[in-house]
Amino acid sequence: MPKNPDVKKVLVIGSGPIVIGQAAEFDYAGTQACRSLKEEGVEVILVNSNPATIMTDKDIADKVYIEPLTAKVLEQLIEKEKPDSVLPTLGGQAGLNLGMELEESGFLAKHHVKLLGTTAATIKKAEDRQEFKDTMEKIGEPCAASLVVENVEDGVAFTNSIGYPVVLRPAYTLGGSGGGIAHNQAELEEILENGLRLSRVGQVLVERCIAGWKEIEYEVMRDGVGNCITVCNMENIDPVGVHTGDSIVVAPSQTLGDKEYQMLRSSALNIINELQITGGCNVQFALHPTSFEYCVIEVNPRVSRSSALASKATGYPIAKVAAKIALGYTLDEIKNAITGKTYASFEPTLDYCVIKLPRLPFDKFITAKRTLTTQMKATGEVMSICHNFEGALMKAIRSLEQHVDCLLSYDFSELSLEELEARLKIVDDQRIYVIAEALRKGMDYDTIHEITQIDIWFIDKLAVLVEMENALKKGPLTVELLKEAKRIEFPDNVIARLTGMEEEAVKKMRYENGIVAVYKMVDTCAAEFEASTPYYYSVYGGENEAVETKPEKKVLVLGSGPIRIGQGIEFDYCSVHATWAFAKEGYETIIINNNPETVSTDFDIADKLYFEPLTPEDVESIVNLEKPDGVVVQFGGQTAIKLTESLMKMGVPILGTSAENVDAAEDRELFDKILEECHIPRPSGGTVFTADEAKKVANELGYPVLVRPSYVLGGQGMQIAISDEEVEEFMEIINRIAQDHPILVDKYLVGKEIEVDAVCDGEDILIPGIMEHIERAGVHSGDSISVYPARSISQKVKETIAEYTRRLARALHVIGLINIQFIVCGEEVYVIEVNPRSSRTVPYISKVTGIPIVPLATKVIIGNTIRELGYEPGLQKEADYVAIKMPVFSFEKIRGAEISLGPEMKSTGECLGIAKTFNEALYKAFIGAGIDLPKHKQLIITVKDADKGEAIEIGRRFEKLGYKIYATRSTANALKEAGVNARKVNKIQQESPTVMDLILGHKIDLVIDTPTQGRDKSRDGFLIRRTAIETGVNCLTSLDTANALLTSLENTDVQNLTLIDIATI
Amino acid sequence: MKAFLILEDGTVFEGIQIGARKEIISEIVFNTSMAGYLEVLTDPSYAGQAVCMTYPLIGNYGVCKEDMESRKLWPDGFIVRELSRIPSNFRCDTTIQELLKSYDVPGIAGIDTRALTKILREKGTMNGMITTNEAYNLDEIIPKLKQYTTGKVVDIVTCEHKYELKGSKSLEDNGPISGSARYTGEKEKKPSLVRELKGVGRKVALLDLGAKDNIAKSLAARGCDVTVYPAGTKAEEIFAAKPDGIMLSNGPGDPKECASIIEEIRKLYEGDIPIFAICLGHQLMALATGADTFKMKYGHRGGNHPVKDLATGRVYISSQNHGYVVNTDKLDEKVAVPAFINVNDGTNEGLSYTGKNIFTVQFHPEACPGPQDSGDLFDRFITMMEETNNA
Repeated sequence: MPKNPDVKKVLVIGSGPIVIGQAAEFDYAGTQACRSLKEEGVEVILVNSNPATIMTDKDIADKVYIEPLTAKVLEQLIEKEKPDSVLPTLGGQAGLNLGMELEESGFLAKHHVKLLGTTAATIKKAEDRQEFKDTMEKIGEPCAASLVVENVEDGVAFTNSIGYPVVLRPAYTLGGSGGGIAHNQAELEEILENGLRLSRVGQVLVERCIAGWKEIEYEVMRDGVGNCITVCNMENIDPVGVHTGDSIVVAPSQTLGDKEYQMLRSSALNIINELQITGGCNVQFALHPTSFEYCVIEVNPRVSRSSALASKATGYPIAKVAAKIALGYTLDEIKNAITGKTYASFEPTLDYCVIKLPRLPFDKFITAKRTLTTQMKATGEVMSICHNFEGALMKAIRSLEQHVDCLLSYDFSELSLEELEARLKIVDDQRIYVIAEALRKGMDYDTIHEITQIDIWFIDKLAVLVEMENALKKGPLTVELLKEAKRIEFPDNVIARLTGMEEEAVKKMRYENGIVAVYKMVDTCAAEFEASTPYYYSVYGGENEAVETKPEKKVLVLGSGPIRIGQGIEFDYCSVHATWAFAKEGYETIIINNNPETVSTDFDIADKLYFEPLTPEDVESIVNLEKPDGVVVQFGGQTAIKLTESLMKMGVPILGTSAENVDAAEDRELFDKILEECHIPRPSGGTVFTADEAKKVANELGYPVLVRPSYVLGGQGMQIAISDEEVEEFMEIINRIAQDHPILVDKYLVGKEIEVDAVCDGEDILIPGIMEHIERAGVHSGDSISVYPARSISQKVKETIAEYTRRLARALHVIGLINIQFIVCGEEVYVIEVNPRSSRTVPYISKVTGIPIVPLATKVIIGNTIRELGYEPGLQKEADYVAIKMPVFSFEKIRGAEISLGPEMKSTGECLGIAKTFNEALYKAFIGAGIDLPKHKQLIITVKDADKGEAIEIGRRFEKLGYKIYATRSTANALKEAGVNARKVNKIQQESPTVMDLILGHKIDLVIDTPTQGRDKSRDGFLIRRTAIETGVNCLTSLDTANALLTSLENTDVQNLTLIDIATI
Repeated sequence: MKAFLILEDGTVFEGIQIGARKEIISEIVFNTSMAGYLEVLTDPSYAGQAVCMTYPLIGNYGVCKEDMESRKLWPDGFIVRELSRIPSNFRCDTTIQELLKSYDVPGIAGIDTRALTKILREKGTMNGMITTNEAYNLDEIIPKLKQYTTGKVVDIVTCEHKYELKGSKSLEDNGPISGSARYTGEKEKKPSLVRELKGVGRKVALLDLGAKDNIAKSLAARGCDVTVYPAGTKAEEIFAAKPDGIMLSNGPGDPKECASIIEEIRKLYEGDIPIFAICLGHQLMALATGADTFKMKYGHRGGNHPVKDLATGRVYISSQNHGYVVNTDKLDEKVAVPAFINVNDGTNEGLSYTGKNIFTVQFHPEACPGPQDSGDLFDRFITMMEETNNA
């Protein structure tokens, strides 16, 4: 069927801010879809509140709205732009829900707007629990049987009908407490009784227990006439019980025979045919490990995280094809872009093995529980490709950038066999390392399998790796052994460590014996057809397929690896734009990256894509082959920066700011010298290694002080200390990981935090704008509300900032991008941090000022001057808009995580509010971040003593807005004394009703809780904050944020929003 | 022990010896299925060929003997990147290593199977040798390789005597693997892929040209009583049994080698009994009715080929294994018209015979290995039998 001629103007809904469970994959999917639609001559209107995305660039869509994703905004947008269709299936759950809301309210029908792709009825069938179950029953596809019960008798009767074991989930208890698995009637009665009591509504869900079954996923495509294919299937190494986003996943499935494979494949097709899916879809199954019995766990009637992974794993562009299907094309009409010979109706087949590992944030949330459950916790993921499983796993491990490079990276050697057995019962991110240790200690496969339910095939593969460790330890390192170690991807440094050799010696031995990486192609067809797309992965042994090219100029762009807190999608934005800019200047471009969720790893972004770990050795193998004329590191975040030194050793010219100067910015002594020479003040401080040294410096400076390791991301490990005890505590935490670099102790200054990004050509600088943070210094810049243009500093201060930026950029010989953070106290300006690289704020400031910062920086890097590029150097004229970047958090996903804001970054994403006025921009930003008040007009205030004064003013303003204020005793007293009507509530340990009961009662709009110092988890504040987050109550821990929110609430006149097309800026 | 794969063009791959320790010369082909190695090894269509699996990890779930598609292994050799050192599956009976040895099939592991596939793709299917002789002499070997042909392999693979397979009486009879049917679990009743026993009481004569067991099982799972005849059976004998329908199976080798079988098939064509043919059967019917076949550069072997039903426009993903194809340029539309084409390369995938109750397909609706999407064709065949009977 040819393209539907009625579709001329499409509104594409993005997925909004990045949160756990909904991340960069939707930028990838949305970008691909928009490009695919434009290719077809369709006018694309895009709406997404996330400014860090590539999809919100004016070259991706025709009109771009970075506006809050609410039904109201979308309605207004549809009225303004009058699209004929809406495409909601590429913006994750957020996009899908909005599309549904508009459809169900009748708004779309009223405005004659069609929902493209899968219909609303289908979405409902797939998403609504009961409808889905009924549909599955109708077509004979099994789901795990379940029933909500209100008494023990019903539970027992139901369980008797479906059989033990069953999972019990009490409704509305905090974090699922009171639930469990019952294997017999005694256990059932006990857990059920307890669960019914704990549940606030007296209900418990009794469900057939399928924990321990194999978890298998199929990615399926279906077109409007009913042609279906499966793009690939995937097997979770972690059996059912761990969210697939947190599981180790392998593609294709490894332990399924053709019978199981085809049974589930047929089931998946059966389901999408019944649901009438049009586009991409994901079906998750649980497969009994010792029978053909299976259950359908879930169907996602849209492009998902798994489809991004499947796209990268196979080379099949799911989002692109889904967009074409939405326009009316059938699968046999859409060309496979990789081969150019086959069609989208050809099922990809792999001749390699793909592994995905989750990137979990436990290094950021050290108090959080590491256990993995059905609630996803990963912020990102890495993918690796190899022609054997062991190699793919080794590559994936070192791609994580979490100080891990092999199965020995977490040390469990002190545990006895019995202790290991106990430890194996804990399902967390370290489980494969525990299994490896159990294997080292001689535990048999069956025992490990019995405890973990992990298939013995996978256990055997871990054993292969353990055996290699032992062989290397035992030595001698023969050529044969080295070959075998490299075949399963042991990196040189691990071989060196195990054999006691120098890494250089291992490398030398490899080179002398011709043991070097070769590159194979991802081609969707296992070499059956010739492919023209240079999408490569490395293996050891065999023929090299990477075609040697000798263009005039060749540049290597390093990606930023997995998405993690502190290094998000912004760096992918920068890498992609740099790549495009280099291509425009006539360079052949090469990207190395390992993140399957990103745009940069789409095969048509760079001329060549290497899907590889970003370690010196992996990069060197590519450099040896490609011999690029230069490499840029300043766009790939800390991941790329960390490789600078190694790249220089390889003899690759670093384009832009030199390595020494990158170093100078991080090296405290060098940097101090530069500041002194430039006559720029900074908060005084010192460098230390030990706690004693730290305390000495702290006492000289006077508390409070800021303690942090150098060379870190997102303020990792950074803390404000107010006493010797805290310095000791923080130093202990930092030093848990061996530090190559000294730790910094600085005087903590209270002032306004200001940030600039600038482009420097070595002589002149260009500052697109100055941003000001709403939260005072001490809250990490990534977690602060950032306002452009800065509004509360004087013109003189702005000039000083511009001048300091110029001096610093020149002193550091910056060629390209620089990011500087300042503290302004009165009219005094201090520098607190300099990053000679791209930053988190680059995408947002580019979009709101209309200045293409990354392309400019790229052109400067290859030798142009700012003037040549048509810009007058210096601070640019302020835009006509106010743009506010609001951080977005995922605290509810990470149990036990401390939510209070501090110098360590905790947000996972951001959204933008852009408007003509500050108040409207602020309102949009809060709405975009999901803080949409008022609901019940009740709030709780509990603040530390030092904040009581400010809290009074806040209380007064809320009272004026008609809010009912609750406060804990001392805060209530302070408020009352000042004439604010606050109701006193009991603390947690006191008798009911306590502050907790109030929060659990779901009648509270907001909790304002400023934490007392220290990381003590048992404190009341911690519990209050967690409870608020886990029950979906907004919780603010900074009074600055509370003030901003009040400003937004007080100015209701701004609630009639003006929508701004970014493409016109 | 070292083993070598030597190709006609002089390319030598060094790997490790697996399976039986013997030297073979055969036609080297590749299969792109990611699972289903046992079904491939037991598919009689591979007689006279050595098969290379493009998926690198083979043997992961061991060998479940009930999944064998015929009584033995047929390929002359087996070429893989890596054999799993342990099998893992609840139904596993033995390992691939042991199976290869017990059926005396040699093989080679540890070679760059992708590089081999690319050679075959670019230069076309060629002959090769698997040997453990380190002192091989290419000058002696290559002329021998060039001489090799698969020959009249149908005679080797077909059954010795005719036998019967009774049709299922209820859907519950269909076990986990027969007739593409699904397992009926104990706790949660699931219907099989076969939704109706449409063929109860129908008698089908299946001419075994190297048939995969699942052809007969697919019919039996729908209720048909199937009689399987050796390839050399005369048309008269089949007619005498008065079947409701005739199936021509898949099989190995060059269809033009089957001159005497083609003659009998011509007689079957002349009869009024509905015929459904798969793969070699499809090619032989075409040859019997005046069409031509030719050898493809490297054939279609895998489980991911899209075929389009020209009558409905629907595309199915199919299981394929063929090196020859019907030349539709020389098709007489008074005799037959294309019914299916391959979406990728436009080659013929099926014919519909004008004025006859005959339809034939190049791909494998019986799957095993591969997708079950076109299993409905068996239902179509049964409907055809019904309509003929009622007419």
